This record gives sequence, C-alpha cells and structure tokens, in this order.
Amino acid sequence: MSRRRTGLRLALGALLALLLLAPAAGAATPQTSLSEVEGEVMCPVCGTLLELAESPQALSQKDFIKRLVAQGQSKEQIKAALVAEYGEEVLALPEDDGFTLSAYVVPIVAFIVAVIALGFGVWRWRRAGGSAGPGPPAAATPGPSSEDNRRLDEDLGRYDL
Amino acid sequence: MSVRSSIVVLAVLAVVGLLVYGLVIKEGSGLEIGDPAPQGALPRLEGGGTESLADYRGSWVLANIWASWCEPCREEAPALEALQRVHGGERFTVLGIDSSDLSDDGRGFVAEYGLSYPQLHDGDGDFADEFGATGVPETYLIDPQGRIRLIARGAVSTEYLEDEVEPLLPKAKS
Repeated sequence: MSRRRTGLRLALGALLALLLLAPAAGAATPQTSLSEVEGEVMCPVCGTLLELAESPQALSQKDFIKRLVAQGQSKEQIKAALVAEYGEEVLALPEDDGFTLSAYVVPIVAFIVAVIALGFGVWRWRRAGGSAGPGPPAAATPGPSSEDNRRLDEDLGRYDL
Repeated sequence: MSVRSSIVVLAVLAVVGLLVYGLVIKEGSGLEIGDPAPQGALPRLEGGGTESLADYRGSWVLANIWASWCEPCREEAPALEALQRVHGGERFTVLGIDSSDLSDDGRGFVAEYGLSYPQLHDGDGDFADEFGATGVPETYLIDPQGRIRLIARGAVSTEYLEDEVEPLLPKAKS
C-alpha cells in the first residue's frame, strides 16, 4: 500500500513538473525567423533592407534578431525591440496607423484618381474622334451647287480626256 | 501664354526647385569649424535620464561618435581614455556618443575598454547626422561657448590628440 502511494506521489510529482516546464518550453519555441524579420526592417547605416546588407552594423543587428528569435519572441516583438534601439526608421514598411497610414492610402487614392482621369480622357478623345472621323453618312452631305457643277465642267473641258 | 501652359511651366519649376532644394540640403548639412554644435538631448548609454552638449556649456568637450561594430573605434578608444585620465575634469571631458548601435553592445564596448568618460546613446544616428557625420568614428572638439573648434574624421591617434587637441585644452589636472 505504501509502495503504491509512493508511486502515485512520484507520478503526480512528475506530472506537476511537466505542467510547470511546459510553458517555459513553449516560450522558447521560435515563433519567427531571421529571414522573416530581416525582410521587413532596414539596416540603418546602409540604408537598404537588412536582408541585403552585410556591413558590420548589419551583422550586429542580425545577431540581435537571432538572439530574440531564440528567446521565442514574435516578429512584432522583435520589430518593437529594434524600434526601441534604432528608432522608427528601422522599419522598412511604415506602421498602418496614424499619420503613417497615409503612406498606404495616398498611393491607392492617387491610382484611383489616375484611372478615373484616364477613363475620362479616353471617353472625351473617343467623342472628339467620332466627329472628326471618316465623316457622317453621305446623305447628310450637301451636294455640289449648280455653280460648282458649272466650274467643274469648265475645268474638265480644258483637258483632252 | 495660356492658363494651361502657365500651369505646366509652374509645375516644372516646382519640381526643379524641389530637386535643387534637396541637393542644397544634402550638400550643406555638414558642420564646419566655428559652427555651433548640436544641442539635442540623448539618453545616457548606461540608462538613467538624458544629457545634451548644452549641459557641458562652459567646459571643453571632445565629442567622439563611435559604434561597437566599428573597427577603427576600437583602435582609438585607448587613446581617448588616456586623454580623459590626464585632462578630464570640470573644464574638459571626452564625451562618447554611441551611434547606430545596440545599447547592450555599446555597454559591452565601454566595459571592454574600461572607458571612464560619459557616454550617450544615439540609436537612430540622427544626432550624428546633425553633426553631418559621414561615418564612425568622428571626433569634434567643442569649446566652452559650444562652438566646434576641431573636426577629425576617422580614428584619432595619440599623436593627433597631443598635437592638435591638447594645446587648446586647459592645463591638465594635477
């Protein structure tokens, strides 16, 4: 009976230890990777995307990201840590809130306005082209006057046709 | 000239003006000897508040812009520390500005070289840009009125400090 109790206690202890260790193990599981982060942040000294940079500063920045990845931090957490170190300029893409939202909205609005302007221009051009085209049906064209016919006959009479 | 032509000419002039303005700003951003040094505040590298060059008004300051990933910065660090040990005090200090660098790496650098002079952290490099720094290291001697008296681009040597900087400083502390 005592052995069974001891065994039960050991099993419960092991289960408890597993439950306590599980969150810690989960926290250290990588949630992102260097390649995912370096495509979205800048090398501040080089002025290029971090993934394209190989300068000493860029290597130090990549080491920093690797350490945070190993700690199980998410991409957003790592980007926040980089902003804390290097400022907002480290982000390759502006944040999508506040004033920086205009970086996304303005190009879209400009594209829509350009498409509308182009469509309007084509519509006007086609209208203008219609009136200056091959011409209305022949029936709508006034024929030569009798005076025109007379002058034409005179001109033709000068040639030996 | 029709209204439409005037608008086109104005638009072209505006674009050309912007390009010229951009070029002028880029060319003229570097500080020169005699210019006032930037006065913006930076956080202390070791933490605990901010400091600016204005806090040192009345003293000579040798502002050294550096980074832990910069190899020439490693070469010059011992010479700067030696200068601080001889001349550092109320009337002169070397002031380190760790620029475009991770603060942990910067603190590691300070510990590795046993640097005793104050250190500020310019993580985004904007303060170095205000000086018109073209890279690291760069060193600026600033007089008690806050004006730049010497500019050294690249690593400074013991000879440079002895020949160019020390003659301008108040007498060494006894």
